[in-house]
Amino acid sequence: MKKVIVAVLMVWIVFILQSSVFSRINIGGIVPNLMIILTACFGFMEGELAGLLVGFGCGMLMDVFFGSFNGFYALIYMYLGYMNGKFCNVFYPEDVKLPLALIISTDLLYGISCYVFLFLLRGRFDMGFYVGHVIAPEIIVTMIMTLLVYPVILFIHNKVYVTDRQQ
Amino acid sequence: MSPVIQQKGEKFTFTSKYLLFILTILCTVLMILCYTTSFMGSALNYAVGFIVTPFEKGISETGYYLANRTEQIATIKDLLAQNEELQARVDELTTENTLLQQDKYELISLRELYNLDNEYSSYEMTGARVIARDAGNWYSTFVIDKGSSDGIEVDMNVMAGGGLVGRVTAVGAHWARVKSIIEDDSNVSAQILSNSDTLIVSGSLEMYADGVIPFSQLVDSDDEVHLGDKVVTSNISDKYLPGILIGYIDSISADTNNITKSGTVTPAVDFEHISDVLVIMKLKPGTDD
Repeated sequence: MKKVIVAVLMVWIVFILQSSVFSRINIGGIVPNLMIILTACFGFMEGELAGLLVGFGCGMLMDVFFGSFNGFYALIYMYLGYMNGKFCNVFYPEDVKLPLALIISTDLLYGISCYVFLFLLRGRFDMGFYVGHVIAPEIIVTMIMTLLVYPVILFIHNKVYVTDRQQ
Repeated sequence: MSPVIQQKGEKFTFTSKYLLFILTILCTVLMILCYTTSFMGSALNYAVGFIVTPFEKGISETGYYLANRTEQIATIKDLLAQNEELQARVDELTTENTLLQQDKYELISLRELYNLDNEYSSYEMTGARVIARDAGNWYSTFVIDKGSSDGIEVDMNVMAGGGLVGRVTAVGAHWARVKSIIEDDSNVSAQILSNSDTLIVSGSLEMYADGVIPFSQLVDSDDEVHLGDKVVTSNISDKYLPGILIGYIDSISADTNNITKSGTVTPAVDFEHISDVLVIMKLKPGTDD
C-alpha cells in the first residue's frame, strides 16, 4: 500500500513540476523530460508491472492536459515503462551506466514514436530537422537532468521499495 | 512459458502482460472515441483538474519568479541599449500618435454613421493566467487557470498582447487547455487587412524555429500584398472571430501553379513568454450545432 501511495505521489509531483516549473526554466527552449526518467526508473527498478502502471499514469496526465487524443501518450509511456521492466533483472543500484543508457534510449524511443505518429503521418518528412532540433536536444537535456534526479529516485527506491522486500 | 503449459500446470496469475494488453485496448478505444465522436473525456478532465491545477497554480508562480530572475540578469545590458533606442522611438511615436488621434475621431464619427461594431475591442473578454505549459517539446499547448465555472467554453478564442494566441480545446471546472496557432497541426483561415484577400495560416514546428508561421493559398492576382501587411482572422473562419490580428507578412513568394502565393507571417504574439491571456467570451455564431 505504501508503495502505491509513494508511486502515485511521485507521478503527481513530477507532472506538476514538469508542466509548471521546468517548462519555464528551460535550457535553450528545450524542456527535459522528467516523466520519461520516472517511468524508466520505475521500470528497471521495480519491474514490468510498476513501470507499466507509472507510465500509464504519467501518459494519462499528459493526455488530459496537453494531448490531442486521450490515450495516445498513455499508450506510449505504458509500453516504454513495460520495456524498461525487462531490464529489472540486470539492474544493480551501484552501477549508474545501465540506468543512464536505458533512460537515454527510452527518451530516444519516445522522441521517435512522437515524430512518427504525430508528425510523419501528417506528411512532415524532414526527419533530420526534427531529430536535430527536438529529439537530440531533449535527450541531452534529459541526460543532464537524470544525473540530478536519479540519486533522488534511487534514494526513494532504497527507502521504500527495497526495505520491504528484505523484510 | 507458452500459454499451453501455463494452462496445464500453473494457476492463473494476473501478470503484467495481461494488464498491458487490457490497458492497450483501453487506450485504443479512448483514442478512437476521441477521434470519431466529440467525447473529450470531460469527466476525466474535471476529476484530474481538481487534484492537479490548484498546485500547478501555486508552483507556476515560483516558476515565473525564477524565469524572470534569470532573464533579468541576462538582459540588463540589452535593456540599457534598448532604452536609448526606445526613447528615440517614443518621440517618433508621439508625433505619430497625434496624427492618429485625429484619424481616430474621424473613424469614430464614421463608425457611428455605419454602426459598425465588429472591432474586437467590443468583445467581452476575461483575463486568465497561464499555469502550465506542454510538458514535451513537440507542441505548444498550455493550460490557463479559468474554466467552465468562469464561463469558458470549448472553441473560445484566446488573445495576448493584441494578437491571436489560439483557441480553447478542452475545459475543466477551473482550467482550460489552449491550443496555440503555432502548433504543428493548427490551421487558421485568415485575410489580409488591407484588401481582404484570404489565406490559410498553418502552424509549423519547423518554421517556428525561425520565429515565423507559414501561410499558403493566398490569391493575390493584382500583386497588392506587400511585406509588413497586417494579417487578421477572416470572417469565413468557423472557429475564429473575424478581425483578430495574427501578425505581419514576413516573406511572400508565388507558388509554382502561378495562381496562389505562399510565404511566412511574423506573429504579433511572443509565444515564448506568454503569462497572461485574454479569453473572448463569445463564440463565433453558427459554430454551435
